[in-house]
Amino acid sequence: MENIEQRIKKIVAEQLGVNEAEVKNESSFVNDLGADSLDTVELVMALEEEFECEIPDEQAEKINTVQEAIDYVTANTSAG
Amino acid sequence: MSKRKVVVTGLGIVSPVGNTISSAWENIIAGKSGITRISRFDASNFGSQIAGEVKDFDIHQYLSAKDARRMDIFIHYGMAAAIQAVRDAGIDEISQLEAERIGVNIGSGIGGLSMIESTDIAYHAGGPRKISPFFIPSTIINMIAGNLSIMYGYKGPNLAIVTACTTATHSIGHSARMIEYGDADVMVCGGAESCVTPLAIGGFAAAKALSVHNDEPEIASRPWDIDRDGFVLGEGAGVLVLEEMEHAKRRGARIYAELAGFGMSADAFHMTAPCDDGEGAARCMSNALKNAGIDIAEVDYVNAHGTSTPLGDIAETIAVKRCFGSHASKLAVNSTKSMTGHLLGAAGGVEAIFSVLATYHQIAPPTINLVNQDPQCDLDYIPNTARNMNIKVALSNSFGFGGTNGTLVFRRI
Repeated sequence: MENIEQRIKKIVAEQLGVNEAEVKNESSFVNDLGADSLDTVELVMALEEEFECEIPDEQAEKINTVQEAIDYVTANTSAG
Repeated sequence: MSKRKVVVTGLGIVSPVGNTISSAWENIIAGKSGITRISRFDASNFGSQIAGEVKDFDIHQYLSAKDARRMDIFIHYGMAAAIQAVRDAGIDEISQLEAERIGVNIGSGIGGLSMIESTDIAYHAGGPRKISPFFIPSTIINMIAGNLSIMYGYKGPNLAIVTACTTATHSIGHSARMIEYGDADVMVCGGAESCVTPLAIGGFAAAKALSVHNDEPEIASRPWDIDRDGFVLGEGAGVLVLEEMEHAKRRGARIYAELAGFGMSADAFHMTAPCDDGEGAARCMSNALKNAGIDIAEVDYVNAHGTSTPLGDIAETIAVKRCFGSHASKLAVNSTKSMTGHLLGAAGGVEAIFSVLATYHQIAPPTINLVNQDPQCDLDYIPNTARNMNIKVALSNSFGFGGTNGTLVFRRI
């Protein structure tokens, strides 16, 4: 079973159409991985689907990097 | 002032009989049916269980996985056909051309029904949070035109026409008008459709429009045959590159044919049924010939709307006779829908392509499954075998729900 970090990086790479190797913990979705505003909404939906959770909009707005996504999922889902 | 002439310099297709121009044309000339039992969803409790589905299609030959995920399947087909046509015409390198003079006009009859249905299911199961931010731009009809302009940098007119089964014919005809009028020098135009879905099959079946020859799919679409019982739904896309003739000549483009004329009319009669005296359709063909400045005696071939419905096939036969008079019996009239099924908003696109290729190769495609010709349908429908013949002028007809008609006239160069 892959850990949270691996699962998130895989989703980010797939959603944003980038190589998994390009997806670093510090990568910003918008500044480093080329996401636009619609991409980030869809990315959050994909995280909710993968980790069977609901990320409120005010929380989702704070998830701008891969590490922030890992931290959120670790703290707020049973997957952690 | 004489009008600017418009020629065809690029072709692209995704269809039940092939996803390249060469394979589709080969199958059409060979009289091969693209109709099978529906595989896209479980249709076992539907009255009609057959369709002309696109087979062996891989969108990743044309688009990245990320882009493809954000487009409904009708956009995939439209993009693939358009990209083929653009490459065929050699207009994919925008640096060699004037971007502001190239437009896109590709429509669809219904649009992103497949994704509309799946999103509705997701919404009912999971609430509004399950609706993708890409849902709207994935499903609305003008997004083939939009996405293609973004891909190639085409900055001319950008639009989509929606007129049911006449969509692509109107798109192509109006694109020619835009070139004639001076709005553009090049137009990428046609139609795309993909709605082999429960709601579309169910809706057309409820209207008693579809064939129920479920056990023998390949013989279900049989225009003008006494045993025809409705149309078979098809899917795909047909896209042409139209170009002002001098523009095409200057850059040494291959010219397939001239688009010499375009006509339109309305039946003003019934939501779904054709007017039984053929008046609207006949007037549409007359308008197109008048626009082309071509005498009826010069016409050799008609790619008919020919959907294989009991009423429509008779009405079109009457309309051809009404328009052409005694010349009607000299015409070669075929329905490529006997092989492709009815591609709705894409039908006029693939049939314009077949009409262009008929003039280019001097071969009239056959109408397959024409075994016992309906006595009320008494034209030469090129039964079952393609025919080598002189084709100087070809017509392509489309008639749509709402009583909307369109006819294109292609002339051999």
